[in-house]
Amino acid sequence: MANVFDVIILGGGPAGYVGAIRSAQLGMSTALIEKEKLGGVCVNIGCIPTKALLHSAYIASLLREAKEFGVDAGAVKTDYGVAMQRSRKVSDQNSKGVEYLMKKNKVTVVKGTGVLQPGRKVKVGNDVYEAKKAVLIATGSRVKGLPQIGLEINKTTVISSDEALFLETAPASMAIIGAGAVGMEFANIFHAFGTKVTLIEALPRILPLEDVEASDALAKSYKKRGIEVIAGAKVKKGTVGKDKVTLEVEAGGATQKIEVATVLMAAGRAVNTENIGLADCGVQVTDRGFIKVDQSLQTTAPGYYAIGDVAGPPMLAHKGMREGVTVTEIIAGKKPHAIRYDNVPSVTYCHPEVASIGLTEDQCKERKLDYVAGRFPFSANGRARGTGETEGFVKILRDKKYGEILGAHIVGGHASEIIHELTVARENEYTVEEVELAIHAHPTMSEAVAQAALDSLGRVVDM
Amino acid sequence: MATNVYMEALSPTMEEGRVVKWHKRDGDPVKTGETLAEVETDKAVMDLVARADGVLRQVAAAEGQTVAVGSVVAVIAAPGENVSAPSAPPPPASTGGGKRDAGSEMRDAGGGMREAAGVAVAPADATRVKASPLAKRMAREAGVDLKLLSGSGPGGRVVKRDLEGAAPRAPAPAVAPTVAESHPASQIPHPAPLGIPHPASSGAPYEDVPLTQIRKTIAKRLAASLGPIPHFFLTTEVDMERASEARDALNKQLGDQGAGKVSFNDIIIKATAHALTKHPACNAWFQEDHIRYWHEVHIGMAVAVEDGLITPVIRNAESKSLADIGREAKELAERARNRRLQPNEYTGATFSVSNLGMFDIDQFTAVINPPEAGIIAVGSIVQKPVVVDGQLTPRRRMRITMSCDHRVIDGATGAAFLRTLKQMLENPLAMLL
Repeated sequence: MANVFDVIILGGGPAGYVGAIRSAQLGMSTALIEKEKLGGVCVNIGCIPTKALLHSAYIASLLREAKEFGVDAGAVKTDYGVAMQRSRKVSDQNSKGVEYLMKKNKVTVVKGTGVLQPGRKVKVGNDVYEAKKAVLIATGSRVKGLPQIGLEINKTTVISSDEALFLETAPASMAIIGAGAVGMEFANIFHAFGTKVTLIEALPRILPLEDVEASDALAKSYKKRGIEVIAGAKVKKGTVGKDKVTLEVEAGGATQKIEVATVLMAAGRAVNTENIGLADCGVQVTDRGFIKVDQSLQTTAPGYYAIGDVAGPPMLAHKGMREGVTVTEIIAGKKPHAIRYDNVPSVTYCHPEVASIGLTEDQCKERKLDYVAGRFPFSANGRARGTGETEGFVKILRDKKYGEILGAHIVGGHASEIIHELTVARENEYTVEEVELAIHAHPTMSEAVAQAALDSLGRVVDM
Repeated sequence: MATNVYMEALSPTMEEGRVVKWHKRDGDPVKTGETLAEVETDKAVMDLVARADGVLRQVAAAEGQTVAVGSVVAVIAAPGENVSAPSAPPPPASTGGGKRDAGSEMRDAGGGMREAAGVAVAPADATRVKASPLAKRMAREAGVDLKLLSGSGPGGRVVKRDLEGAAPRAPAPAVAPTVAESHPASQIPHPAPLGIPHPASSGAPYEDVPLTQIRKTIAKRLAASLGPIPHFFLTTEVDMERASEARDALNKQLGDQGAGKVSFNDIIIKATAHALTKHPACNAWFQEDHIRYWHEVHIGMAVAVEDGLITPVIRNAESKSLADIGREAKELAERARNRRLQPNEYTGATFSVSNLGMFDIDQFTAVINPPEAGIIAVGSIVQKPVVVDGQLTPRRRMRITMSCDHRVIDGATGAAFLRTLKQMLENPLAMLL
């Protein structure tokens, strides 16, 4: 029967397509079902195009300051439409790249909307596909609005990142609701393209899941460049007009009215678990809506596995990719290295970048851990001075007795690249001493990591 | 004329040996006295040496294979000599017991064995332990020998989890503390460890690990002890304040001289030896139809080694200085862990000391190592509130439990010895008397 495969994967995002490749590498016949473009949210309307736009924003701000570096770029003009078109090309290239990888690995790609059926089957249109070994659910997540306060996404004045990524021009003003990674990145992008941005966060600080010091550094940086930041704020009501939105925002005991051309909802995501036949197959979900999985990522229905955003937080592409690899290895009968969910790096690609791994200082305190914090500011780093990227710091939290790296937090240029030294260290249980013992090239931003490690040991050199 | 190479009895109790490593290969020239192979006996890894000059031929025991003492494992032929036919019946494979044909099948059997025994066997380079830097640091702090643990990390690497000896902690996601139920936690392919050491996960409900030579011997000898020997136990608590002070003072002096430090174990060995000279009734061997009372004191010192234990002997401990005992104990323990002890270094003790203080054990009983008549089990030194001169003061205290063979030592005899030992530890100067 032509429609029988070892493994069938529902959803071609990062978790699904990486899982498909690994499955094929392990010699299992594999089908990948995707209703839209391959690569999912990440490649098409998430990670990848936003990184392209952030780079445009970075160039704009760089050119505005270029005179100081001896390069007079004159009056800098920006065009969001052009930046957007470029970001679309980047996304398309990546999506085509995934298509190529599917061909290369002989993964059968089925275009269409798949619905799970009992007996490890998936129905796509009138065709039924059957999996001999496993069905992987990798349907991902989508943005969500806040209809309960009148802010349903209408795609014109109240938009989500899905629309923001396709705007032809940058709006004159924008309120961004939610200052997690998505809100922070769009605030950075639109501000650089001339939009008056107000960033609103319900929790007491922006980037609420990061270390307090990272949040403070970013709030300071954003305010300094003219982005209005309102944290600990409650949006009580949204009144949507034809070409404007009025928000009633309560913060610090006072209520203020904010009028903007556009509201960007960046306050969370909903998982795609509806209308895919979960209940018919006996796949249960948790109270918070994620698919219930066991330690091998198997759902409550034998033979059905869940990976990526639907399988639970953190809802990050790289966490889903790892689950795609691990789950297919388990299905193939291998004993893969356990996923360390406490060692998934978290990165926000705004400027300066924020990257972290492990516990925050507050979490160390809550757990009553005996820790020592080591810090090193980029203002004391030669390379950072040279490139004018002196904002931010490296902060390492280490266990007092054994030097285990409990957490690490980087704010600064290229933080997203620098963090991996500490990710590798934590994955392999290196302590701050092994990190410091490795010779770091001079001058580099990464030297700040070694210096922060030294600082935690009470013997920082460069400060 | 070709000379047979036999599996020799390399220790007094050896019945079979496992070829760890061939130093010479088929066709290599060899000289009398040269090491042909390393062989694991019931207690140690020993060298099997050439008894003739010539060329090594017909190696019939693969690395990892166990063969009975007296079996032919190879032949030393004259250069150019044709030895195509085996010059002796092939060695029986000890595990099966039956005789097998020499040649390829023999080697196949050996290869298979090697794989099966892989988990339990000490690597040829027993000094290298795979462990994460964090695990090494934790082990050093806790006084745990990493060689005694089996790692659950990649490639059998010892990681933090193995030292915690408990189920791994719940994941600590940097995100909000949520949806634990949907979270596969941090140990997908690993079953919850039951404690240390635990075998690498295989999905099977149990794992059969063949007995190593040393484990077989431990089993045989300990069963020959607690069963037939009428044990009884005496416990006393010793005040270690003055011994601690004496040790600190000595170590300061030794440190100034650049010499190695004295441990509590060294002091206990010294005091035990000294106390035994005053109580020869406890320094004895039970010999079925007679009791041999020793005039010399040879203290067996229990040392944990990879998958077992061994008791190297400090000879004439009664007449050695504390520094000498310290040096010798350290050196013997290290070679024991590397399985490089000679048979005469772990036999002939007249009394034994077993110390689990470094594992935070308060008190325990040790099994007598026959034919010795006694052993003391030493617990950890703990600060406790004690009444001294009517006042409650914190004192460092240590519990010692003596196991006695009632056929040799009676209750009062053992108690008297233990009292002397206690006095010596509480007043180390008494050893000078």
